[in-house]
Amino acid sequence: MQTNRLDATFAALAHPARRAILARLASGRASVTELAEPFAMSQPAISKHLKVLERAGLISRGRDAQRRPRRLEPKPLGEATKWLERYRRLWEGNYQRLDALLEQLKAKEKEWKP
Amino acid sequence: METLKLTTPSDREIAMTRVFDAPRQLVFDAHTKPDLVRQWLLGPPGWSMPVCEMDVWVGGKYRYVWRHDREGTEMGMGGVYREIVAPERIVNTEKFDESWYPGQAVDTLVLVEQRGKTTLTLTVRYESWEARDAVLKSGMESGVAASYDRLAELLASTPARGRA
Repeated sequence: MQTNRLDATFAALAHPARRAILARLASGRASVTELAEPFAMSQPAISKHLKVLERAGLISRGRDAQRRPRRLEPKPLGEATKWLERYRRLWEGNYQRLDALLEQLKAKEKEWKP
Repeated sequence: METLKLTTPSDREIAMTRVFDAPRQLVFDAHTKPDLVRQWLLGPPGWSMPVCEMDVWVGGKYRYVWRHDREGTEMGMGGVYREIVAPERIVNTEKFDESWYPGQAVDTLVLVEQRGKTTLTLTVRYESWEARDAVLKSGMESGVAASYDRLAELLASTPARGRA
């Protein structure tokens, strides 16, 4: 496992605009202009974020010379997701037990404060 | 069933959000009373929590030890409370005895009640880049299948109109 790449992945994911760009690309390729559309952001600002994502290996450029559509590269995201999923499962287990405990506590409160 | 949302708000943080169908005083109690904490804060199946000591005041310490009941393996951690605002906010440090990451982390728990339900947000902030990397690396060793759907959901849940 390459820690450097994970480092780059998580650093790239740390900005809300970049997460939104990835979410958009998850539903298909898009040109820079298309990506800039939903944001109140200049094209150079978008290009800067795309560069960060590209360097992290999270996106790549398509062959179409005119549009150069960006597309999602699933591998690094998959590695990051694996880690998040493990963490999430552990806590979901804890919180399901907490749900059950809170039900008991609520029932007890009713008993004491009718 | 309520679901847990996990996000990485910055390169040194992990944040979890979960809604509980209970008033926040009860959720707060479940985080500050040892006899309640040890009933749910157990991690993966097979582990129990033989030690759960908490001095819940600012500057007070806490100490947790988990034990794998079949293998006898133990794992301990502890820290100091930095802020306590009942029943809405707890800030504490956390450090594992045999830590796989250098330094400590700071946990911020925020409870917000609305119409009898409580939204819990727990943010863990690691001290250094090295620490975060080590945590990430340790997670990579587990073989949990990737779920792109879940990641897409996670990404979609973050605000789209951000700062440039």
